[in-house]
Amino acid sequence: MKIRNQVKLSFMSVPENVPLARSAAGAFAAQMEFTLEDLEEIKIVVSEAVSNSIIHGYDNDPNRIVTLLCTIYEDAVLELVIEDEGKGIPDVPKAMETAFSTDPERMGLGFTFMQSFMETLKVESAVDKGTRVIMTKKPPRRVAASSELISEEN
Amino acid sequence: MKIESAVDRKTLIIRVAGELDMLVADEFRRKIDTLMERNCTKNLVLNLKGVNFIDSSGLGAILGRYKNITMGGGKVVLVGAPPQVRRILELSGILRITSEFETENDALEAM
Repeated sequence: MKIRNQVKLSFMSVPENVPLARSAAGAFAAQMEFTLEDLEEIKIVVSEAVSNSIIHGYDNDPNRIVTLLCTIYEDAVLELVIEDEGKGIPDVPKAMETAFSTDPERMGLGFTFMQSFMETLKVESAVDKGTRVIMTKKPPRRVAASSELISEEN
Repeated sequence: MKIESAVDRKTLIIRVAGELDMLVADEFRRKIDTLMERNCTKNLVLNLKGVNFIDSSGLGAILGRYKNITMGGGKVVLVGAPPQVRRILELSGILRITSEFETENDALEAM
């Protein structure tokens, strides 16, 4: 599939870069016809995936690298890829269960949000090699505004 | 994130502004726990009017305070969450366990 636009962001695994990553993804997605609610959801899923990489993938080691790749394809699909080279997830299906968390102060909702806010979610992970989260979302089909319909009739 | 606090008898009022994510979750947690202890308060009114983003780290920090406070016999109530934040609170299930009020006064009256 032909790529219409792409941005790659590589950053150190420090919490300060979580807001940066989600804002960048939100700003990138804003060039497509997403609703404000969609853009909010995109920021949340990027925040979740990047937080997971820092907290779980790298055990809060600040000196590692997380990569965010945002792509818009010709057929108006947004793809977000968040990748780390951390310790990996031994049991992906279990990690993706709702309310599964290794930390009592986190809610274990990260993957649930990714599943419910995005159209597709794929998690590729290998122990001691890293994790790659691939998500896609399409803007809602454009409905002509009522004012446009009226002006066409006139 | 900015946090302001006030005390009304046995209730701590916390006004949060900004983004509640993993960057600030620890500070949020620490500040509330310290203020609860220092003021010997039992209940918490969490005013979220100024919050413009929340993810599962922020939700976890709220849930953690809820667990601690209710275990001590106190109440946690929420005030003024903007629509986009309220939606995430609802999806997380937090709204099923906490009460919500439009104003701090309404919340304090219910304590």
